[in-house]
Amino acid sequence: MAAITMLEGIRQAIFEEMDRDPAVVALGEDIGVYGGAFKVTEGLLARFGPERVIDAPISETAIVGAACGMGYLGLRPIVEMQFIDFIACCFNQVTNFAAKSHYRWGAPVPMVLRGPSGGGVHGGPFHSANPEMYFMHTPGLKIIYPSTAYDAKGLLKSAVRDNNPVLFFEHKYLYRRIKEEIPAEEYTVPIGKAAVRREGKDLTILSYAAMVHTSMEAAEMLAKEGIDAEVIDLRTLLPLDRDAILASVKKTNKLLIVHEDTRTGGIAGEIAALVCEAAFEDLDGPIARVTSLDTPVPYSPPLEERFLPNAEKVATAARDLAKY
Amino acid sequence: MADVIMPQMGESIFEGTITKWLKKPGDKIERDEPLFEISTDKVDAEIPSPSAGVLKEIKVNEGQTVPIQTVVAVIDADGAGASAGAPASAPAPAPAKTEAPAQASAPPRTEAPAKPAPSPAPSAPRAAAPSATPAPPRPNGQKIRSSPLVRRIARENNVDLSQIPGTGAGGRISKHDIRAAIEGGGASRSSSGLSAAGAAPARAASAPPPAAGGAAASAVLETAVPREKMYFGHYEVQPMSVMRQRIAEHMVLSKRVSPHVYSVDEVNVSGIAALRSKLKDKFEQSSGTKLTFMPFFVRAAVEGLRAFPTVNSSVDGTNIVLHKECNIGIAVALDWGLIVPVIKNAEEKNFLGIARALNDLAERARAKKLKPEEVAESTFSITNPGVFGGLFGLPVINQPNVAILGLGTIEKRPVVVDDAIAIRSMVYLTLSYDHRVVDGAVAHQFMGKVKHTLENWTESIL
Repeated sequence: MAAITMLEGIRQAIFEEMDRDPAVVALGEDIGVYGGAFKVTEGLLARFGPERVIDAPISETAIVGAACGMGYLGLRPIVEMQFIDFIACCFNQVTNFAAKSHYRWGAPVPMVLRGPSGGGVHGGPFHSANPEMYFMHTPGLKIIYPSTAYDAKGLLKSAVRDNNPVLFFEHKYLYRRIKEEIPAEEYTVPIGKAAVRREGKDLTILSYAAMVHTSMEAAEMLAKEGIDAEVIDLRTLLPLDRDAILASVKKTNKLLIVHEDTRTGGIAGEIAALVCEAAFEDLDGPIARVTSLDTPVPYSPPLEERFLPNAEKVATAARDLAKY
Repeated sequence: MADVIMPQMGESIFEGTITKWLKKPGDKIERDEPLFEISTDKVDAEIPSPSAGVLKEIKVNEGQTVPIQTVVAVIDADGAGASAGAPASAPAPAPAKTEAPAQASAPPRTEAPAKPAPSPAPSAPRAAAPSATPAPPRPNGQKIRSSPLVRRIARENNVDLSQIPGTGAGGRISKHDIRAAIEGGGASRSSSGLSAAGAAPARAASAPPPAAGGAAASAVLETAVPREKMYFGHYEVQPMSVMRQRIAEHMVLSKRVSPHVYSVDEVNVSGIAALRSKLKDKFEQSSGTKLTFMPFFVRAAVEGLRAFPTVNSSVDGTNIVLHKECNIGIAVALDWGLIVPVIKNAEEKNFLGIARALNDLAERARAKKLKPEEVAESTFSITNPGVFGGLFGLPVINQPNVAILGLGTIEKRPVVVDDAIAIRSMVYLTLSYDHRVVDGAVAHQFMGKVKHTLENWTESIL
């Protein structure tokens, strides 16, 4: 089987799930005739028709509101945000309706809300968001942020089958940059399970999405200096894979968290608290983090490079932690 | 023969360092003639000879620290056989006691705080959290740096961390250090308190250039960054004098113990300045002492202290010790440091008495002739950064006082008087005070009293 991109993995997941289950529908801006801003849904309209592939007006609130209603009536909508930044427009629908319906009335919203996320492609402050932490704080949601084509496909299929509203963030820097051979037969990847991308004994680098690749690059640099880093890909942010995090911390005793989201209120803070609560006496050094700066994502390419974490920054933090 | 002993320079003083011998063996000496200089925790002083005769033997060399009452020299009262005997009997005083310097540089033995005894019975629910127990200092006085993991491993293996050399940043004991020590059998069991055979595995902790001696000397004085980050480029390392160390410790403690608050006031001292320039010569002629601004400020401070006694107090736990005397400490800058002689019972002295006391104490401070009791028992202090041109300063409280008054430089400034701009001699006064007992309202009323006294001076100064 030929290697496919992450974007192709996502496309295959949508096609396969719509094929498998007639309750699965897709809606979003320009996903039908145009095939989506990134061409994720190319061919979807021709294959499944306008009843199941709906070009929506430019109103994220209306789209998510409609998806909630579809969910109540037994459909399983896959909603696309043209850029994930626009999820802010439907914040109320996501947090107050989709997330709480099951709790309030026993009416689940089996919706997947997906969209291109993240920076590094010079998209500027309105097309580069990592909005995960707005939603980490909302009970009732699940959040997935994959780093590979295999995971993107398998996790999206799991998300469609999940009865909870699932936010599925797709890092657009990875869309066509990474390729991977995936099995010909059908598979899914379970939600809520992290993956060990590299085994190591000196310290743990915990990351997700594009930063997994940055962390792996840093780990290779560190290996040449005799520092053996373990790299863990969270894959699912909500619920966090507590067992995997703690197991690795108990093994290496040092934790560095890397995320592309900005620093203050980033997921590193939550993970640090979790580790302090559950594994304080396994720590042989302070929990460290490498993140983006606390600013909007700059448009200027040199500024964006300065803003984002990179392998050198990760390696520097890891060296300090290893030395501690 | 007469023994010369290390004198006790103050109640809480138990040792002194000989900084200089002023006579050599064989020299003739008069009674009360300066014989040697010492440095103690409280004061640097010249010690006079207890008797006349010939200095026969020096038993304690310069730089050595010995307990009080130690015999430091012997004087031959007859002076007779001295000139002949001295060279033979005491040929070279220097290398006499080689073990002494080592002992002197050994830091004071810390009274070991109770070890975080591993409690085998976890019955008591109140968190016995051993990791919260402050790490006991190393035998050489350094704080032990480790990590939660290392402390847990130490507890589980009953290991005394003070016996394990750290190779992490800043000498921290890392996971690898404690595992190596346990596996190598080098860690001593804390219960036995005895070092296992072949203790301290030889792990040359990559020591930064100078030996850790300096850093180890004081438990109070910590370094803010790992030591190795201080040594780069070209540098020279100077050991602190005893006085410098005491100042440093005192300042760190004061800042740690007292929550400092600062108030600044501006005072018009034109009247005092005019009075001073008018009477300066006359004052010096009649009293034999110089007329400076300082006694005006001391008098004004005393007025303030009498009106607001909490500013003239000390804090003992939950008790406030209100002092009935106004003993005013005056910070005197020295070429080799700083000392704070005290004008005792300033509230009983008139202007001339304060002026004399000030000049006398300052002169003797610079000549190293202060007596230990003259640098003790202050109830309030005044410092004068203005003398070096400072507009104003925010001084650190001189413990056990609860406040210190800082004087800025006196200079002519344009000020608004009756809606006109006039030139006046102005000074900024600052009060640093301990907010545990002195609140802003009291501090400002105190400053108001000081300001009022200075601006409406009525007392005759002659």
